[in-house]
Amino acid sequence: MAEARQQVTTKSSSADRTLRRSFSDYPLVQLTLVRMREFLREPEAVFWVFVFPILMAVALGIAFRSSAPDQVKVGLSGPAASALASQLASSKEVSAVVLSNSEADNALRLGKVALVVNATDPNGALQYNYDPTRPESQIAKLTVDQALQRAAGRVDPHQTTDQHVSAVGSRYIDFLIPGLIGMNLMGSGIWGIGFSIVNARIRKLLKRFAATPMRRSEYLLSFMLSRLFFLSLEVASMILFGWLVFSVRVQGSFGNLALISLIGALSFSGLGLLIASRPKTIEGVSGLMNLAMLPMWLLSGTFFSSDRFPQAMQPLIKALPLTALNDALRAVMLEGRPLGASLTQLIVLAVWGIVCFVVALRLFRWQ
Amino acid sequence: MSVQSVLAENSQATQKTVALRCRALRKYFNDVHAVDGVDLEVYSGECFGLLGPNGAGKTTSVEILEGLTPADSGEVELLGMSWGKGKDSALRQRIGVALQETQLSDKLTVEETVRLFRSFYTNNRSVDEVIATVSLEEKRKARTGKLSGGQRQRLAIACALVGNPDLLFLDEPTTGLDPQARLQLWELITAFRAQGGTVLLTTHYMEEAERLCDRVAIMDHGHIIALGTPAELIASLGAEQIVEFSVEEPLPDAKTLSQLPGVVSVREAAGRYLLTVSKIPLALPALLNELERQQSKLASLLTHHATLEDVFVALTGRTLRDG
Repeated sequence: MAEARQQVTTKSSSADRTLRRSFSDYPLVQLTLVRMREFLREPEAVFWVFVFPILMAVALGIAFRSSAPDQVKVGLSGPAASALASQLASSKEVSAVVLSNSEADNALRLGKVALVVNATDPNGALQYNYDPTRPESQIAKLTVDQALQRAAGRVDPHQTTDQHVSAVGSRYIDFLIPGLIGMNLMGSGIWGIGFSIVNARIRKLLKRFAATPMRRSEYLLSFMLSRLFFLSLEVASMILFGWLVFSVRVQGSFGNLALISLIGALSFSGLGLLIASRPKTIEGVSGLMNLAMLPMWLLSGTFFSSDRFPQAMQPLIKALPLTALNDALRAVMLEGRPLGASLTQLIVLAVWGIVCFVVALRLFRWQ
Repeated sequence: MSVQSVLAENSQATQKTVALRCRALRKYFNDVHAVDGVDLEVYSGECFGLLGPNGAGKTTSVEILEGLTPADSGEVELLGMSWGKGKDSALRQRIGVALQETQLSDKLTVEETVRLFRSFYTNNRSVDEVIATVSLEEKRKARTGKLSGGQRQRLAIACALVGNPDLLFLDEPTTGLDPQARLQLWELITAFRAQGGTVLLTTHYMEEAERLCDRVAIMDHGHIIALGTPAELIASLGAEQIVEFSVEEPLPDAKTLSQLPGVVSVREAAGRYLLTVSKIPLALPALLNELERQQSKLASLLTHHATLEDVFVALTGRTLRDG
């Protein structure tokens, strides 16, 4: 009796829902929906994927803001220190403090000053104490030297004028935002997939799925598909943030940017699946994830250009998926170049994604 | 009880097709002989129980039958098919599985979980119907993390039933449940069988096996040590009553116990004596006399009908809980 009643209600439910229902009955659709629900119901995951990268951009954007250039910090010591201080007082580029000898040593060692000038006689010999491997010390030495020499009466043979250029698109933050997008796509792909698969393995949920007729490739594919949904949110929030707060513009087409992000996200989900294919513990998978990501954090040019590394390492660096993604994102965001210009990078990403997915499917431990 | 015996008679009288058969199953983990030459036949429509203490090899056997663990050697045939012969998917369409300790995703609701599992099966039942079958209608919007142990186990069974299986595997379905929740699960299993389903369950609760199963196999150390209906196995003790007692000091002469009238056999375990007895009115006064003769003081004494537990003790000298 009860069953009969239920059947009637099922049948009488509006006909327009039938189509949607049959679509949502596909295992791949269900698996993908489940992935998305699980993610959205995990507040920590939402924080790490959406909030953290923006906080990072804020912090780095402030630290490297390109407003008024920083003054050179210099310590003055020795009997003639205060005389030097008055000579430097008029310079806008130098901020000088008078210190005792021991204070000066300490300040230099701790990086509070970039340079220490030691002088016994204001018109006599000057001694510059600094570390030549520190770029800011080099700059301080040149700046201070010039200011003091001019104050002492040096006349430069060349007349010079300065014209300052700071175009939108060439600032550090412009360089940084595409890098952060790339790094975020890597992190959320690898972390998001790695933890949830190993967790399902620990809970014996994978074994339970293996006991159903579910296609195993569809289970893995659902992780990649659900990434596509979050990917658009991640990239959009980062672009919007960069535009609103730092006026970072996308020079190329948004369609190309979307396509590159998509290929990048799929590539990293493949890598995430491969990393998660064997481990049986969270510790195990964490170690592997860090092992995979650490070289890319360092080498792939997120925070500074990867061209700084030696020439011999370049082929290796260029083969890393994050380097390929960062380069492709910068080509479209900073230079407005067409997709064809990043073909190599896109191939690198696609190869990583496909190879990892296929190998993951073979290696995958279901229990 | 009467419904079940009718069912059992029906299934045996009308059809005795074999739903599941395995021959000489063997699975070793390094030195541990988890499954060591197991032969089984489960008939269509029956509830078959695999009984034994923890570590007897029940779960390994069942997972081999479910196609989750490959056997080292031996043959498995389910519903006329075998694993690894290109028909795995078709076979999985027709079996339902509840593993010993699956934790379904905490973040999903009951309905979402059932809907997910439903999508894997072609001949599936509706989500509403399955949720109603396991009486979780009120919890359909609740996250599985918030369910009680019994509700969670019913959800696991809903996931096993949603594909409309012919053969249902339940590995320790009631372990850790309170008596009320256990009773609900028993009703579920009985209802599934009433519709013609075949069940293979493992348990270490003897009363569960006696209550639910048409036939049981008792398993120990990877071997099957007894097989039959619960009634046959109990009858094999040669007596239907058990007298269990303990004394303050160990008996000086325990051998005389077996010569008492009405006593069939004697066992001693963990400081207690178990007498298998055919005639309690004869045996009990004789026992008390004997204890007095040996000047032994009784610490406890109880009598009960023989159960499968006693069969296990008789076969192995250990209780089920000893493991």
